[in-house]
Amino acid sequence: MKKEWKWMGLLIVAIMLASVLSGCIGGEKETPTTTEAKGKYGGTLVFGSSGDAVKLDPADVTDGESIQRMDNIHEGLVRYKAGSTEIEPCLATSWEISDDKKTITFHLRKGVKFHHGFGEMTADDVVFSFARQYDENNWFHQYGDWDYWGWMFTDIEKVEKIDDYTVAIHMKKPNASIMTSLAMFTVSVVSEKAAKQYKENFFKNPVGTGPFEFVEWVKDDHITLRAFEDYWGGRAYLDELIFKVIPDPSARLMALQTGEVQGIEHLDPSQLDIVRNDPNLQLISQPGMNVGYIALNCGEAYEDKNGNGRWDPGEDVTPPGAFEPFKDIRVRRAIAHAINKEAIVKNLYKGAATVAKEGMPPVLFGYNDEIQDYEYDPEKAKQLLAEAGYPDGFEVTLWHMGSTSRPYFPVPTQIAEAIQADLAKVGIKVKLFTEDWGAYLKDASAGKAPMIMLGWTGDNGDPDNFLNVLYSQRVCNIPNAGNYGFKKNPELQELLDKALETYDQAERAELYKEANKLIVEDCAFIFIAHADQNLAFSKNVHGYVIHPTSRKFFYPVWIEKEE
Amino acid sequence: MKEYILKRLAMLIFVLLGVSIITFALVRAAPGDPAIYLAGQHATPEKLEEIREKYHLNDPIYEQYLIWLKMALHGDLGKSIQTNEYVTREILHRLPTTLELSLFAIIIATIIGIIAGIISAVRQYSMTDYGVMVGALFGVSMPVFWLGLMLIFIFSVKLGWLPVGGRLSTGIELHRITGLYVLDSILTLNWTAFVDSIRHLILPSVALATIPMATIARMTRSSMLEVLRQDFIRTERAKGLSERAVVYKHAIKNALIPIVTVIGMNTGILIGGAVLTETIFSLPGLGKYIANAILAYDYPVIQGFTLFFATVMVLANLATDILYVYIDPRIRYR
Repeated sequence: MKKEWKWMGLLIVAIMLASVLSGCIGGEKETPTTTEAKGKYGGTLVFGSSGDAVKLDPADVTDGESIQRMDNIHEGLVRYKAGSTEIEPCLATSWEISDDKKTITFHLRKGVKFHHGFGEMTADDVVFSFARQYDENNWFHQYGDWDYWGWMFTDIEKVEKIDDYTVAIHMKKPNASIMTSLAMFTVSVVSEKAAKQYKENFFKNPVGTGPFEFVEWVKDDHITLRAFEDYWGGRAYLDELIFKVIPDPSARLMALQTGEVQGIEHLDPSQLDIVRNDPNLQLISQPGMNVGYIALNCGEAYEDKNGNGRWDPGEDVTPPGAFEPFKDIRVRRAIAHAINKEAIVKNLYKGAATVAKEGMPPVLFGYNDEIQDYEYDPEKAKQLLAEAGYPDGFEVTLWHMGSTSRPYFPVPTQIAEAIQADLAKVGIKVKLFTEDWGAYLKDASAGKAPMIMLGWTGDNGDPDNFLNVLYSQRVCNIPNAGNYGFKKNPELQELLDKALETYDQAERAELYKEANKLIVEDCAFIFIAHADQNLAFSKNVHGYVIHPTSRKFFYPVWIEKEE
Repeated sequence: MKEYILKRLAMLIFVLLGVSIITFALVRAAPGDPAIYLAGQHATPEKLEEIREKYHLNDPIYEQYLIWLKMALHGDLGKSIQTNEYVTREILHRLPTTLELSLFAIIIATIIGIIAGIISAVRQYSMTDYGVMVGALFGVSMPVFWLGLMLIFIFSVKLGWLPVGGRLSTGIELHRITGLYVLDSILTLNWTAFVDSIRHLILPSVALATIPMATIARMTRSSMLEVLRQDFIRTERAKGLSERAVVYKHAIKNALIPIVTVIGMNTGILIGGAVLTETIFSLPGLGKYIANAILAYDYPVIQGFTLFFATVMVLANLATDILYVYIDPRIRYR
């Protein structure tokens, strides 16, 4: 009897234990996930921007502030993978490239709704979103300037509707970078019906398919967006997303510290440590998609007399700023060895940058890790100068950006002075010159500068958008040059052209690696730095993934609520 | 009097014409090209040409001016090159922010400035006098951006009493009627917004008030000192009037003319927008608008704003002159 009881007791204990355990495990599996998912939803994120948007039409803006608002309202056929410049399906679920590589056919996602009840997105909206930019006969064409189309999409001949859920993009010539470009804001899909309703005021009343819909714009103060309940990818976690304009960097940081905003952009290098040391804040950094460089004018410009966009025999001219000593590669390399980039990055970028050795940032495919930088070595520089016949150096004018600060050169005057001091050590006397930004760009394109400080922030995350825009011989055309080194290299051009016809990314990467090598060897450019992009958020903001293009996507972001 | 005002207003037309010609010429003589600014760093020549055509930048300057003048006479100051918005509308849209801020600032500056000036004058060469005058010196020489940031740092970040910037807190609704938030919240009986908008106004108006406050205090002091030395004051004292009555009833009235002039001029200047204060306190006012426009070579905006500002200055001067009549009955305009 006693023994029986004992066994019974054990059995009961075992059953109880099992049920308790299973209950616990079940509970752990069930409850936290649901509370977690529930807990992620809700809340308003106020983001402190440095400026207001100019327009809210994705195809008609060029400034980062407008773009950061619109990237949360609109979407394109394809999009970037989080944190990368590789593309993935978005409003198109798949696509095929024709054998001649000139037609890309997109299959659209079905059941995607526009904001504010403007109905389902169809091929008509896609065609409209493109055609309004390139087709002068399109009724909407008159309402915009369509700058980015001119820069990035002129290889597109036309966009055609095949059926309600299929569109074809016909190209004038194969262009592999177009796929990356299609992830740009410029070709976001907007509602044609809404455009018809708002006409010239469409830019104040954006209607897209993205995770947030537009609510209100108080000029120079704030723009409010709200989670779009019918978003095809599922509702965003945030209820509201507000972009508040706080132009002064110190005031921006203080607004974050007091909790008036939960995120800020464009931190001053001097503020980074403040954010790092504040237990209530978090800093997110990544090398930015930019490059700051010094171009040495080698004098090989051309004038595009027949207007075919390329250099033909007989079109050669010498740009006004051509500088004789720079024609000798030993002089160019001497300068590369004479500049102490590490010190510039450490002291003037306050460490918030990566020393550059190539003409495009390391976040892009095609970056060549094997390239050796010209190391800082004043002795070697002096020796090279002597070999080139300038043992006592020479005098040259360095054009710098003055008070025009850009991400790639945050403090242009100080950087120019540092370079001046470095070059003085090897006997090169540098005179500094600056002028108003508009005049500066104009004169740079006219080839007037012997030695000039400039840079570039990438548009679409494609290497072509750096190499062909900045170092190609085609853009040595004065007075509209983009290659301020004025060094023509047919071998480089061949690689760049070939890469554009290659849709296979691995193959393209190899071609760009080779191209980067040639650019560094030519040494018409001295690459200084790739500035980091920095964002600061309150500690309770989660899920933000920084993007190489500096574009800001708030869809995955959620706010941890206080218990 | 009526004739005088009409005459002054008629003069306004010539002032505006002169101002518009000068700004038109100056802006276009400055280096830089709005087309390049608009089209960006690597724009094609065709694109640049297209923009120049679109905004008539290729026409001779006098033709551009005549086109602009014709439009301006019809009340159309053109559209911003940068944002494609009507300049008149944008100015009117931003005016309330600046107006509210400058009115608050000028009220603070006037009250404190005059009181400090009087105390200083009455107790000449006392410690109070020195204190006020040193304070005034600090006031005029303190950089506004520094003062503004310090105010935010102390009262927002450290003490947490007042907001960092902007006009209303996130989440507070206000039906906008005039754009002057304090007035709007009174009109709609929205007391939450009323308190909130005043809280947002305190720091920026104090920052903005310092310079005019200091100027007013100094002007009040010197003007009062001059009046207090005059014979009629001695007579009044001799008549046995209390010092309080002498100072606040008789002296002040006679000292007021230069003070009113200073206040009038400062009001005009403040309504033109305070770039630094608006920037630091994230206020969407005129100062920031015009600063952005200048940086972007936005000709129509610069042009339109200058006209607006000239009008405000002329009107502020006129108002001051008219006030003289009420302050000093001996003044007559013909």
